[in-house]
Amino acid sequence: MRVALFLTCVNDTLYPDTGRAVVKLLTRLGVDVDFPMAQTCCGQAHYNTGYRHEAEPLARRFAEVFRGYEAIVTPSGSCGAMVRELYPRMGERARAEGRGDALARTLAPVVPRTYELTEFLVDVLGVTDVGAYYPHTVTYHPTCHGLRVLGLGDRPLRLLRAVQGLELVELPGAEECCGFGGTFSVKNPDVSAAMGTDKVRHAESTGAEVLCAADNSCLMHLGGTMARLRTGMRPVHIAEILASTEEEPAL
Amino acid sequence: MSSRDRILGRVRRALADVPPDDTPYEQAVSRDYLRHHGDRRVEETVDLLAENLVDYRAVVHRSDAEGLPGLIAHLLGERGSGTVLVPPGLDESWLTETEVTRVPDRPDSTPHELDRVDSVVTGCAVAVAETGTIVLDGSPDQGRRRITLIPDHHICVVRVPDQVVSSVPQALERLVPTRPLTLVSGPSATSDIELDRVEGVHGPRTLEVVLVSGA
Amino acid sequence: MSATFVGMPGFPSYPAFPEAAHEAVRDETLRGNLRHATHTIRAKRARAVAEVSDWAALREAGRRIKDHTLRHLDRYLVQVEEAVTAAGGTVHWAVDAQEANRIVADLVKATGESEVVKVKSMATQEIGLNEALEAEGIRAYETDLAELIVQLGKDRPSHILVPAIHRNRSEIRDIFRSEMGEWGRPAPEGLSDTPAELAEAARLHLREKFLRAKVGISGANFVVAETGTLVVVESEGNGRMCLTLPETLISVVGIEKVVPTWRDLEVFLQTLPRSSTAERMNPYTSMWTGTTDQDGPSTFHLVLLDNGRTDTLADEVGRQALRCIRCSACLNVCPVYERAGGHAYGSVYPGPIGAILSPQLRGTGSEIDASLPYASSLCGACYEVCPVAIDIPEVLVHLRERVAQGDQVTRGGNKVVLRPAKGHAAERAAMRAARWAFTHPGVLRTGQRLASRTRRLHPRTLPGPGKAWSGTRDLPPVPAEPFRDWWQRTGGGKEGTK
Repeated sequence: MRVALFLTCVNDTLYPDTGRAVVKLLTRLGVDVDFPMAQTCCGQAHYNTGYRHEAEPLARRFAEVFRGYEAIVTPSGSCGAMVRELYPRMGERARAEGRGDALARTLAPVVPRTYELTEFLVDVLGVTDVGAYYPHTVTYHPTCHGLRVLGLGDRPLRLLRAVQGLELVELPGAEECCGFGGTFSVKNPDVSAAMGTDKVRHAESTGAEVLCAADNSCLMHLGGTMARLRTGMRPVHIAEILASTEEEPAL
Repeated sequence: MSSRDRILGRVRRALADVPPDDTPYEQAVSRDYLRHHGDRRVEETVDLLAENLVDYRAVVHRSDAEGLPGLIAHLLGERGSGTVLVPPGLDESWLTETEVTRVPDRPDSTPHELDRVDSVVTGCAVAVAETGTIVLDGSPDQGRRRITLIPDHHICVVRVPDQVVSSVPQALERLVPTRPLTLVSGPSATSDIELDRVEGVHGPRTLEVVLVSGA
Repeated sequence: MSATFVGMPGFPSYPAFPEAAHEAVRDETLRGNLRHATHTIRAKRARAVAEVSDWAALREAGRRIKDHTLRHLDRYLVQVEEAVTAAGGTVHWAVDAQEANRIVADLVKATGESEVVKVKSMATQEIGLNEALEAEGIRAYETDLAELIVQLGKDRPSHILVPAIHRNRSEIRDIFRSEMGEWGRPAPEGLSDTPAELAEAARLHLREKFLRAKVGISGANFVVAETGTLVVVESEGNGRMCLTLPETLISVVGIEKVVPTWRDLEVFLQTLPRSSTAERMNPYTSMWTGTTDQDGPSTFHLVLLDNGRTDTLADEVGRQALRCIRCSACLNVCPVYERAGGHAYGSVYPGPIGAILSPQLRGTGSEIDASLPYASSLCGACYEVCPVAIDIPEVLVHLRERVAQGDQVTRGGNKVVLRPAKGHAAERAAMRAARWAFTHPGVLRTGQRLASRTRRLHPRTLPGPGKAWSGTRDLPPVPAEPFRDWWQRTGGGKEGTK
């Protein structure tokens, strides 16, 4: 199976460790993963801020770059949701605007082949125990687009529960948004920060060392809040936990 | 142009982009929801009605036809009621054992007069077990809507099991839409203070439901 | 472009949502009140919904009934008119708020009365009916407990179902103590702040008004086209009082409240109570068809209200907002509403549904309306709980496009080309630049490398507009190299791990 890593622009630029963790994890599970160098951004920020027409060239580019792969794996619930849920909608909108089926046809092939990382592990590879070792107390925040758009359900939790040494503690109010919301975080900074603070306080109340999520953009917001509030907790992407082994612990 | 024509014209123009649709209404809407929830024997349905009525703070009593007049007399006496409103078609036997002064439901009685009456006794059109709801439809044994509204104490007699259905869909099937209808689920209540439910506002603060069998 | 009036005194000069929220977020009492109330109802709603195993099917049926009705709204409105008229009622049509207010004021004046009792109604809030009647010398008494709290407190509503949700019990007691005397029977001596005593105070205060009222004014939750039946769903009995005791009843109803058949109510009477007050069934539901001989009002008027609804209907993405049955489940579950409070939305329709309704009914011309589509993190909790499956995030993004890029819209029944809203020029330029960089990976890579090389110089906080992020959050540190450089340098991680 030809598998491509769609890392996302945020991870590529700011969280390369997450990308390395995905590569390490998938390689360990016998998947030969490729990183098409021409990839950039799925266009989510443009689309969700009201610039659908600016997002279209990015979506077309995505479809071009990843066209030849049987599976496209991304360690981001929201970018995965962009491709799976919003690319079809972009095609429909273009059609409604009298621009024909071209965009819909271009985007269609990549839509069903795009998987969020935990989906790919559980549904495609059929594993929940990925042979990881992570001797820390962890609480998990299900990010909104993974939870409500992709319907990841308990897949991330099943993966975490199978990690040796990991103690998983329940996060109160887990399903409530952390307040990141892409450009929402800067357009409505007060509300965003209030939501982030509440989420961090909940995480802190669990006594966990690590707040884990499957999306680094939410973790960037929460990590920045944690640092400012001096909580001593660390935000860690689930890929880094799953990649961690006794021989090669997470960075 | 009249406002009527203007609005209707705007509606038609607003839908100009939508493809024509001549699907008959019965086919346009999928109704694959349930007609009722769960399978119960008749007695269980009556039990569920009682349970849900109590859950929303109605007081539930059970009786047979023979015991009903005594029970009503007891409830009015216990309440200390001096007067009771009586719908024109109420079964006369129901009030044979009470001494309380009867006030007939008359078209010309004013709200202020009704406000001086202590209690009201009525039948009902149908009762819904799943939701703990009784439905009044203005039939002669239930009277005008206001007589079950202004007095602070309402005794409603439900004939079981005949008048009990499981669900809202089943209840609506039994009703005549054009009658004045009131669905009552427990005494009046409000959630307006901190979204917490408290019982007892403008409608009757005490709702007693008598489930009578064999009547 | 004419802005449709959606009745909040002071509109359209309300501040944009972020400014209004800035104050609200810092109001500890407000935050506490909202957190308590919304969390209470959230848990209850979840339980009430879980009780019915066919919730998804009911939701889908509700969506389809509403969509079908909207698709044939002209036909069903005419059917409503025929049925209500045949049942002894009189039907009026109002294009906008002004016309609706005029119709109602004239109808009240014709009775010779100078006061009316009102059932809680979003439509009459929306058109600012109370203020319009006041200007004609008619006093309108709100009789729903929360509406009474708002009216007595000279306050603004902040929630669809519970307009005084921003007030806690002790604030309500203070309002009752100081204001009830102005409007009629004063609050009882020694009134405490227990909800039961507060409800009792409202009962006593309003009773004299109910008993003497000659004119009642209501909205309706549903109007059944085939029978002409109106439905009001309520809890306190104030609705029954207003609907049955007066001689004249005037109902102001948005044209989207129509459902085709009697049977359709079997869906909404299951989904509405569970979604709004989290009850299996609300205490009282009243249904009436025209007038009934010697039972209830002898005169009945139905005012069918457009006020921006047909304009909303003209938008193929936005029209789904007209499915709304005003349950307020989306408000109760919304994390943004919980922190910002209802007043920040500058409309009688707050919360997620308000953020898509107000900018459609009123247009996006004001600062507040142009900011509302952005008043969401797009978390999707609202869509999840909506009993008629309105995809609120989808409409929000659609309206963001309208604000950011301009659009062709319908206003007052006419097609209008909207230019992008003011204040988005810098953002538009940034989005364009980002798109350019992302379609030229070389540029992206140069940028990434530049960021990595200068990373030790990066501050943890930013000046100017960057404060919107770094006022409360540290910036993430920039790594020594972007992933793509590592990938290339190590041949996909195969040549060493460093």
